[in-house]
Amino acid sequence: MKRTGAQIVCESLIKEGVDVVFGLVGGAILPLYQTLPEYPQLKHIMVRHEQCAAHAADGYARVTGKVGVCFATSGPGATNLVTGLATALMDSVAMVAITGQVPRAAIGKDAFQETDVTGVTLPVTKHNYLVMDPKDLAATIKEAFHLARTGRPGPVLVDIPKDVQQEEVDYRYPDSVDLPGYKPHLTGHPTQIKRAAKLIAEAERPIILAGHGVIISKAYAELKELAEKAQIPVITTLLGISGFPENHVLSVGMPGMHGMAYANIAIDRSDLLIAIGMRFDDRVVGRVSDFAPRAKIIHIDIDPAEIGKNVKTTVPLVGDAKRVLAALNRQVEHQERGEWIKQIDVLKREHPSHEIPISDKVLPQYVVNQIWEATGGNAIIVTGVGQHQMWAAQHYYYTKPASFVTSGGLGTMGFEVPAAMGAKVGKPRDEVWAICGDGGFQMTLQELATIVENKIDVKLAIFNNSFHGMVRQWQEIFYKKSYVATKLFNPDFVKLADAYGMTGLRVTNKEEVRPIIDQARAVKGPVLIDFVVESEENVYPMIPAGTSVNEMLEAPLPGLHLVDSKDSST
Amino acid sequence: MSGNNVHSHTITALVQDRPGVLTRIASMFRRRGFNIASLAVGKSEQAQLSRMTFVVDSDSDDIVEQVTKQLHKIIEVVKVSDLSKEDIVARELALVKVRAQTASARSEIIQVVELFRAKIVDVAADSVAIEVTGDEDKIESILTLLRGFGIVEVMRTGRVAMVRGKKAPLKTGEAKSRASTRGG
Repeated sequence: MKRTGAQIVCESLIKEGVDVVFGLVGGAILPLYQTLPEYPQLKHIMVRHEQCAAHAADGYARVTGKVGVCFATSGPGATNLVTGLATALMDSVAMVAITGQVPRAAIGKDAFQETDVTGVTLPVTKHNYLVMDPKDLAATIKEAFHLARTGRPGPVLVDIPKDVQQEEVDYRYPDSVDLPGYKPHLTGHPTQIKRAAKLIAEAERPIILAGHGVIISKAYAELKELAEKAQIPVITTLLGISGFPENHVLSVGMPGMHGMAYANIAIDRSDLLIAIGMRFDDRVVGRVSDFAPRAKIIHIDIDPAEIGKNVKTTVPLVGDAKRVLAALNRQVEHQERGEWIKQIDVLKREHPSHEIPISDKVLPQYVVNQIWEATGGNAIIVTGVGQHQMWAAQHYYYTKPASFVTSGGLGTMGFEVPAAMGAKVGKPRDEVWAICGDGGFQMTLQELATIVENKIDVKLAIFNNSFHGMVRQWQEIFYKKSYVATKLFNPDFVKLADAYGMTGLRVTNKEEVRPIIDQARAVKGPVLIDFVVESEENVYPMIPAGTSVNEMLEAPLPGLHLVDSKDSST
Repeated sequence: MSGNNVHSHTITALVQDRPGVLTRIASMFRRRGFNIASLAVGKSEQAQLSRMTFVVDSDSDDIVEQVTKQLHKIIEVVKVSDLSKEDIVARELALVKVRAQTASARSEIIQVVELFRAKIVDVAADSVAIEVTGDEDKIESILTLLRGFGIVEVMRTGRVAMVRGKKAPLKTGEAKSRASTRGG
């Protein structure tokens, strides 16, 4: 049957199970937009900036496990997607971005709103395409979705010239893809599984490091089985949070720069690390030579390139976390590790990293704690990047899979509002809270219009400390309190909410925290809360960049100056 | 990377002939900080597939392993082989334009060319162009000898390599069947 390129895109999306698209219109993608009314199954949510189309698709993908989809026009529309694509690539999020391009004859002529989009996005996508023949469109979109969701997921961009969207060709959606160079390895090698099981049986102080891969492959039950059967404590990385219930007796919290002290000490003492779907990021590892010096490492990851990239591995296991764990569990024996579990319990008591300082002030940690209590730990929490992100990771207790959404790898400030929007659209029955920094919030706040227009019921909690707080903390510790370019002038956030037509509330003292949270929860529809929090509160524990657990700062030290500024890396 | 342990490693890749595939590969090398000493590309024995030979200088086997893994991650790369530890035939072709203004210079150059089993492929009034094939050492040696006459221009292809004997290259049919067994 004959279809225009634009119709082919819409029908292909429907075939791939897409029900919502986040996007922003423009000249080069107009034929596709003008076709949307023919396909009411495809709900389109118009954002106010393309970056937020990508972040919304990202939030949607992370909570649903489906592929998030965004549209943008050529040139500036497409370049605005770049931050969102890079965020998704770093965090392995399944996304398909469709961009309009200038007509084929104009390509390479510096036409109006022309950019080499496949060139620009090459290093920030898993793969990308420029479709020069409408006959290739259906197969390309099929491939794009296949690549986005299989193996190690990631963003795939399809750039479509305007006249390709308009041209009519025969359409048939292919049943399979032809990608001879792409074959994700899903099952672990039997010999390595045997070796891993043997190491687990021999280990005295094993630790599981569970990352995003557990959530992506939905390996929750398999992870729990392994932990319980072999009595192995579980640490979840920032992106692994909610992959293992934090109220479980074997849960040991988060590792790394702002991880729990006991988690980092446990890694240091461990004789076997079982890393599952995580990539030994520098924020987890610190100084490589001092990381887990006593431990052998079993590394399970679907991406072979992650194995041996940052740390030396004893047993490499390339495969899908769910399948590899299932196979491993069949070979792992029941074990008791009373002594090791007891040691960790002692560590937890000696290093109570979860404790919130006693104060009459509005401490940000307390605000997170109260949101947790009020929501019963059942909300989806979406964060930006910085201090509030770390407090949200530390002081909310996650028990529901895929309930923590954050930009871990790229560290994209401004992620929270659009990603929360996408998460709510993906999981409309879930309560969604965005924990926002006052800095990051102002990078994407134009989406308040999208939220109000589409009645997206998200609660936006701004942690307003009038600083780029995390950078200020570094300046306090590493640069002798020289606060260069971190003090923030903020607008009146409540009036801003009012201007956009949403409920705005403010908290300035501790007694108001819980009542205002409850009030916000009672509102049907979006609410912004301006939590005016203690402005110079720091995130602890802290392992300064490029150091080890031995250099960990557990609590505020008066007049602390750690090292000279030139010694502190990123 | 530094030190005396830098070795050159030969890696070959079978890649799909698609627009931008070379950019993807070059971009990966650049952004991950891998050094390409040479790169040669040409059609393979199979339609729509090209074969590339990379020479990577590195003092660490881990880096070479990362190069092969990162290459393999590129969707259009069908197969990657690290030939560093294989018994291989490796050749490079060079075109060298040398000054030859006198009859005696010309006859001396011809002697050198014969000695290296090279070929004179062009003769002009005051220069000759020489084609020489061999491993890098051989090409370096002839260049050293020719330098005395005055080298006008050198054009080198970079190394191409294949494993000696038994091993057959991956067939397209094999690649196709791999594609159809891929799971989600």
